[in-house]
Amino acid sequence: MSEHFPHPEMLQRHAYRERVLHWTIVLTFLFAAMSGLPLFHPALFFLSNLVGGAPWGALLHPFAGLAMAAVFAVFAVPLWRDNQIEPRDRQWLRQIKDVLGNHEERLPEVGKYNAGQKLLYLLMVLCMATLVLTGFLIWRRYFSGYFPIDAVRVALVAHALAAFALVAGVIVHIAAAAWVRGSLGAMMRGKVTLGWAYKHHRAWFREMLRSGGER
Amino acid sequence: MPLQSLDIRRRSATTTQPPAVRVDATVELAKLIDTSKCIGCKACQTACMEWNDLRDTVGTNVGVYDNPRDLTDQSWTVMKFSEYENPKGDLEWLIRKDGCMHCAEPGCLKACPSPGAIVQYANGIVDFNEENCIGCGYCVSGCPFDVPRISKKDNKAYKCTLCSDRVAVGLEPACVKTCPTGAIIFGTKDQMTHAAAERIEDLKSRGFDQAGLYDPAGVGGTHVMYVLHHADNPTLYSGLPATPKVSPFVRLWKGAAKPLAIGALALVAVAGFMNYVRGGAIETTDEDEEAAVREKEKLDV
Repeated sequence: MSEHFPHPEMLQRHAYRERVLHWTIVLTFLFAAMSGLPLFHPALFFLSNLVGGAPWGALLHPFAGLAMAAVFAVFAVPLWRDNQIEPRDRQWLRQIKDVLGNHEERLPEVGKYNAGQKLLYLLMVLCMATLVLTGFLIWRRYFSGYFPIDAVRVALVAHALAAFALVAGVIVHIAAAAWVRGSLGAMMRGKVTLGWAYKHHRAWFREMLRSGGER
Repeated sequence: MPLQSLDIRRRSATTTQPPAVRVDATVELAKLIDTSKCIGCKACQTACMEWNDLRDTVGTNVGVYDNPRDLTDQSWTVMKFSEYENPKGDLEWLIRKDGCMHCAEPGCLKACPSPGAIVQYANGIVDFNEENCIGCGYCVSGCPFDVPRISKKDNKAYKCTLCSDRVAVGLEPACVKTCPTGAIIFGTKDQMTHAAAERIEDLKSRGFDQAGLYDPAGVGGTHVMYVLHHADNPTLYSGLPATPKVSPFVRLWKGAAKPLAIGALALVAVAGFMNYVRGGAIETTDEDEEAAVREKEKLDV
């Protein structure tokens, strides 16, 4: 690549604002996960050492979670339009074997986000909302006393389930980013090469070129 | 840990075996509270305060005898008074000493996420170790009797210890020691069950047909038991649950969900890694870049 394209033309994929918000979500997610997972399973109790010990972890976890959800909300609203499921996304999902088998050329053209990314977006929205709502019920220090104990018990299960789904989604997200080279750079520096956009998000590539990189 | 001398039967958030699995020779102890002998003098509350160095804030009188109105982190036992009009139209004053029941299968211990913050000794006493408590309040959700209280001052959970420190050196709990009518007695669980049976027979002979022992099976039995004149309706006694058991939601959350969720997360991570191992990373090649340039020229922008 370097001989033919010493300075390949780049497309802007993630603006500075978007990148800052993304990495803020990452940091708050890490804190919430490292303080929350110890409360779920004793095998993960050691993680609380990374957040200043379990008493501090339990105390700060709800604040970290709220910060994560708040920043995510700001981050996610502008992404709403590009994450609507379209007919070609269903086709993409039907060919999930080709996706995993690196046969991208057999897949329908992809817009700014592929069907997997859109599903992850939907999962994140649902998980964040569930975590915040149930989180208030199980926040013993300030709020649990205002709710019936059986509602608190259901909320504890729902909170754990939503957290599980969120963590599973994040693992897939990280695996995909490591798999598709150039994705991490896009979220670090904001730009992708023309070839990357052509290969992975051809419909978005065309749109970008037609509009002169305005979206 | 104040009580290394007593064997541990259960330990919160611990997946390995407790010491008591080697040999479970310790006799199970129990406290028996006979509601039919209680006169509501609150000497037990005072003894509890004195022995455990508890000083609750002075509250306000709201027109009932309950004082304080409910358990707090500074009041580990509270006399609950209820006025019950029986079918004959007579008033019965049902007085129950509320506090931790020391369940054989404690919901607090099941819910607790902090290793060793809650232990159950081989003698049946369920004890909180505040030095390991992280203040999450899960024990409150686990308890079917609404007993644990979190201190607003140090954010740790507190409840009746059944005077585990006194019992460890062969003394009876402070409330037992002080009860002037003998309504509270302490001994092995067998002895207490027998004592209750005698008392129940006596009560039945005096017209309390439904007298009985409260030792609910839903939590595996308890190490604090009541003799009730109306054992057919425990809720008469200020809402004592008729069939207490650990909530199915708590059992799901701190039971099957734990290994399943951890296993599933590990599986997702391994699957992601193995997919990478199979096909490797997807690189953008020179051909892709060239094709992109051709496409760009075609679009004439």
